Amino acid sequence: MKLILKDGSVFEGQSFGAPKNVPGEVVFNTGMTGYVESLSDPSYAGQIVVLTYPLVGNYGVPSFAKASKGKPDKNFESSKIQIAGLVVSEYSENYSHHDAKHSLAEWLKASGVPAITGVDTRALTKKLREHGVMLGRLEHGRPTRSTMEFKDPNDENLVAKVSPRKKKTYGTGPIKIIALDCGMKENIVRSLIRPETTVTRVPWDYDFTSDKYDALVLSNGPGDPTQCGIPIGHIRAAMKDNKPILGVCLGNQLLALAAGASTYKLTYGHRSQNQPCIELKGGRPFDSAQGKCYITSQNHGFAVDGKTLPEGWEEWFVNANDGSNEGIRHKSKPWRSVQFHPEASPGPTDTAWIFDDFIRSLKKV
Amino acid sequence: MKHKLKKVLLLGSGGLKIGQAGEFDYSGSQAIKALKEEKIEVVLMNPNIATVQTDQGLADTVYFLPLTEHFATQVIKKEKPDAILLSFGGQTALNLGLALEKSGTLRKFGVRVLGTPVSVIRDTEDRDLFVKRLHEIEVKTARSRAAKNTKEALAAAADIGYPVMMRAGFALGGEGSGMVKNTEELSAKLSEVFRSTPQVLIEENLSGWKEVEYEVVRDRADNCITVCNMENIDPMGIHTGESMVVAPSQTLSNEEYHRLREISIRTIRHLGIVGECNIQYALHPETADYRVIEVNARLSRSSALASKATGYPLAFVAAKLALGYTLPEIKNSVTGITTACFEPALDYLVLKMPRWDLGKFENAAQRIGTEMKSVGEVMAIGRSFEEVLQKALRMLNVGASGFSLPATMMDLRGPSCEKEVRIPTTRRIFAIAAAFRRRTSVEKIHKLSGIDRWFLEKMRNIVEFERHISKNRLNKQTMQAAKKLGFSDAQIAVIKKINEESVRALRKKLRILPVVKQIDTLAGEFPAQTNYLYLTYHGTEHDVIPGKKQVAVLGSGPYCIGSSVEFDWSCVQALKTLKACGKRTIMINSNPETVSTDYDMSDRLYFEELTLERILDIVEFEKPEGVVVSTGGQIPNNLALKLHKNKIKILGTNPEDIDRAEDRHVFSKLLDTLGVEQPAWTEVTSPSQAAAVAETIGYPVLVRPSYVLSGAAMKVAYDRKTLQNFLDRAAIMSPEHPVVISKFIENAREIEIDGVASRGTLAIYAITEHVENAGTHSGDATVVLPPQRTYLETIRRAKEITKAIIKALKITGPFNMQFIAKDNRLQVIECNVRASRSFPFVSKVTGHNFIDIATRAMLGKDVSGNYRTVELDCVAVKSPQFSYSRIKGADPRTGVEMASTGEVACFGDSYSEALLKSMMAAGFRLPRKNILVSIGGEESKVKLLETMKLLSNTKFKLFATEHTAEYLHESGLPCEKLYKISSKKAPNVSEALGRMDLIINIPTRAFAGETTDGSIIRRKAVDMNIPLITNRQLAEAFVTALAEQKGNGLKAKSWEEYRS
Repeated sequence: MKLILKDGSVFEGQSFGAPKNVPGEVVFNTGMTGYVESLSDPSYAGQIVVLTYPLVGNYGVPSFAKASKGKPDKNFESSKIQIAGLVVSEYSENYSHHDAKHSLAEWLKASGVPAITGVDTRALTKKLREHGVMLGRLEHGRPTRSTMEFKDPNDENLVAKVSPRKKKTYGTGPIKIIALDCGMKENIVRSLIRPETTVTRVPWDYDFTSDKYDALVLSNGPGDPTQCGIPIGHIRAAMKDNKPILGVCLGNQLLALAAGASTYKLTYGHRSQNQPCIELKGGRPFDSAQGKCYITSQNHGFAVDGKTLPEGWEEWFVNANDGSNEGIRHKSKPWRSVQFHPEASPGPTDTAWIFDDFIRSLKKV
Repeated sequence: MKHKLKKVLLLGSGGLKIGQAGEFDYSGSQAIKALKEEKIEVVLMNPNIATVQTDQGLADTVYFLPLTEHFATQVIKKEKPDAILLSFGGQTALNLGLALEKSGTLRKFGVRVLGTPVSVIRDTEDRDLFVKRLHEIEVKTARSRAAKNTKEALAAAADIGYPVMMRAGFALGGEGSGMVKNTEELSAKLSEVFRSTPQVLIEENLSGWKEVEYEVVRDRADNCITVCNMENIDPMGIHTGESMVVAPSQTLSNEEYHRLREISIRTIRHLGIVGECNIQYALHPETADYRVIEVNARLSRSSALASKATGYPLAFVAAKLALGYTLPEIKNSVTGITTACFEPALDYLVLKMPRWDLGKFENAAQRIGTEMKSVGEVMAIGRSFEEVLQKALRMLNVGASGFSLPATMMDLRGPSCEKEVRIPTTRRIFAIAAAFRRRTSVEKIHKLSGIDRWFLEKMRNIVEFERHISKNRLNKQTMQAAKKLGFSDAQIAVIKKINEESVRALRKKLRILPVVKQIDTLAGEFPAQTNYLYLTYHGTEHDVIPGKKQVAVLGSGPYCIGSSVEFDWSCVQALKTLKACGKRTIMINSNPETVSTDYDMSDRLYFEELTLERILDIVEFEKPEGVVVSTGGQIPNNLALKLHKNKIKILGTNPEDIDRAEDRHVFSKLLDTLGVEQPAWTEVTSPSQAAAVAETIGYPVLVRPSYVLSGAAMKVAYDRKTLQNFLDRAAIMSPEHPVVISKFIENAREIEIDGVASRGTLAIYAITEHVENAGTHSGDATVVLPPQRTYLETIRRAKEITKAIIKALKITGPFNMQFIAKDNRLQVIECNVRASRSFPFVSKVTGHNFIDIATRAMLGKDVSGNYRTVELDCVAVKSPQFSYSRIKGADPRTGVEMASTGEVACFGDSYSEALLKSMMAAGFRLPRKNILVSIGGEESKVKLLETMKLLSNTKFKLFATEHTAEYLHESGLPCEKLYKISSKKAPNVSEALGRMDLIINIPTRAFAGETTDGSIIRRKAVDMNIPLITNRQLAEAFVTALAEQKGNGLKAKSWEEYRS
């Protein structure tokens, strides 16, 4: 089996997933655990994911059993594997964990997702770092004509592909939250469900503006945020109504675009569980000495250009390594968003307080 | 950030002992560098003279003094530091700091404690406080109760329910801890433990739970990160220092990893630690329930490992945080551009494997458990578990070529191996290898050992592939797969019954070569200028290109008895000099407890095996100008000739000449030619031959295998019976493994010469004298410089002999020569064409850095000069540091086998002052009143009479065992007679022991190994923490010094003051 990059380089290895050929955008993730969560994260739609940690599959995969009605999925971040393909250095065939019901290979095969092992993932990662993310394709056998082409997944509306068709409601609390599902990870839903909340999960293009609700949560999701014209319009309407808004990941980009700022594509994105983010107080310029620093989980290829934020807005978080934007907030209105994943899963839970603060603020409303 | 500190006192950790080893040289020297960067004056107190941290040019002032409250108070009074650092010198420094705080010394002299406040340290050290603090934030701890006496302890155990875990509080490495099954067992243990510790803990039994650790860093602004997590392969029940440990964890899901991480951060914030700490968990393998086991509010062995495993400079960062910096203010020194406030992402895994040396102790229990017994460790880096496991096993240097039995453990091939899987010994990993070869299932081994199936499946992969290799042709595919599974060329050669060279040649023909990968802390996400490298077969591309103008230095490998921090010191000095001479340096070493493997010590660090195969891999890739093999002890020394035969340029003495010194036959002939005397010896290959030779030479004889470093399996035999006994046990004896029988010379003195030569000419030398007579291993001897009792004529003769040998061997570089002196006869017993363990001692005492001179000699520079090394203005004494309290069952007396785990040295204006300080630095307490004397044999009684008189003339009260008491009474010395323990008569030794301040017990003859009244007294002395002297010459020297020093006081003078 082979991974072929658009620049012509070829990485050979052995197949351990579905016997298929796929094109995709090749990205790398440096997390050392959490393949179950990452593979089922809809933000990875259309991407061939390279895991830099060499041993993958160690603790298997939990039961595929569906969650009971009215509850979010328990073991996964969505109901299926979302990545286009997987690249690892060493797939561990044997697995051991009390929760494990299947091997990773079984899961990949059942989901029809190809995977390759035996690749020098460090060499591949360095290439992606130097050239930026690249298009590529996994070829299981002899390439067939239809997959000969490289295909940029960002050309299509990935959000539309991963977003649910129908709305779903969880809980019966007094605070009504609309969660705009652009490919929302289950743990965002889990983080929002509390005795005091009712969470209504709606499709990406659903017009909620005439619904009765107290707050709006913008989820994560795949691809280029500028493809999301429809929800951006809805968000602007919510802002007119002064509704409290919390955005996560793609939600950060959508809120920024709705506010009038712009986004851009990062060279190779942030996909890891160790991104340090400095919280800025009162919009003061970046000063590492005074800011509180959080370790965050991230998965994004696009980012908000902090310099384009309009009057009334400020940067909330910035990345301590490269200074890129990690969150924005309005100085007086109840609108804020973060580029990282406070719901973690996978990754550190240091910023879970962002959900707590948000819901606490709604009680006062 | 601003601090107004001018002067800081840093406490070191003293002599290396089990549970507290070389890792604190690493943490201390990093702390000094961090402080110096801030232009703070550093005062260091540490009697461990073999450390890098006590080098000139690091700390501003160094005190080689015992780490006791008394001496620390004097240093504080004199130096008036603004602040003190307690967390860089292990448990010793922490305990000393707590004592200084408690006595009010710190407050009195206005000394601030930097980093974690003392109250917080107390919270982590006192079990009750700890449980209470964690309970406040609903963090679960093991059900546990502290007890201050036997009654409380028994009640607690009854309450929690047997089996319980007993832990001794305030103890490094879990000393005196263990699982207890019933009341009788507990009562027996308690009486012993309460001698050395004020409280014990009785805890819920968590055996079989997974053991997981996190290294946590927090700053004063409450930023908190976990730098690394680690999973013990051996589950709870085996001390983490005794466990094989992987980083990062391998069998934890995301939820488990991050749940424990979150608890770590919550706990450390709640406690209020500033700097670095370690938190240990038990995690239930089925229910995922957890318990926090402990928090170490200081740098530890685990943090040194985490630092080397991730590339994150934990000690350096911890020091900066103690000064008040916040994490985001500190740069990641590996990338140079990213912040230190991040958690490293690894794109490899590491495996730490402990190294034991229990074979050195007669009667020592081989079992491992909740107490630490290992003396060193290795760390393997790779990209598959099989690869790191096999690398680590080779790194141990115990004769294993991978996950297969070393020649010395062939007894494990039988069904008995399963017993050692179930009841863990130091050989458990090999017992598992043997069990898999007997086709025992993963499930069964899991049941027996509690080791997670994931690790066991990987181990089985290795054994299965071994079968595959033996059945199949060695084609490209098989070779490639074997190398990815960590098989060495030598291992493949054994399986295919061909030699190692042909495997290597075939492999190179097939173009199967390892690749060089960097450790960059961010898994390749950011470009990094890192020099930290390892080799793997899981890759297609090198991360670096070969360097230029390079010289490689081979390190010492794992610490073990006989090879310790002194060789790391030598390697570091070599690196420094090479750099100063314009060379770029490559360091190769496998030991994470070292300074030589620090990120800023060499231009390139290969954290790798010190095997021929791996060094050739590196050298063939890097093509350095030369390789230094003479600073890392015996491992590199043994590789010299093999490397030379592979056309690798060795700097210094020609490896063929090194071999002439190593080969007993050749060297002996050389001495004969030079007219130099040596003890008579013969090589034998069978027990009957041995007996015949011993008769000819005359008993006592010294029995030993060739190529030894520290007397492994060495033994003195006084008669035929002991000789046969020993040979039966020493199993391997064959034409390939001959045993040497030599004359054991009694009542002779030992002297040593350490020196440097250039092209066969002596450049510098230092002559040292042992306090103990020959028969005490040179590593266990008390050593004096300059010599106090050796005649000038003897010194002159020794020098002449040395010169002749140097010339004959054409030595360039360091060497060490050992002599026996008796009745004006001088005999050579050993010649090492490499640096010896006493190099740091002689360098620091004479003020001339012998390794610097040796390195320059090896580079061909002129090193001739007029070095003053005999007439010094002060006296220095080096004392061995023993760890007997850790080695249950071992008889704590010195012999021809080395037993000490470390050493310390102190200076004095007189010999007696230096001796007393040095002994105290090794943990000896001066007696106040009661001294028990038990002298075996007529000769020793007579010779020690004067010493006994001295003792009774002073304030001391003498107690003596039966024969000794009678002898003393006859000689007119008052003493109280005590009956032997075995006699059960009163007054009995066993009841009186508790009141003794010192026990002088001189055995009748060299070690016999059986249990006697004497050995029981000695063992009890160790278990009850009573100072013990077992050597006649040391007893004389000590008592004389005690008498001389009476009232003079032991001065707290700095190294500088002694030198000027």
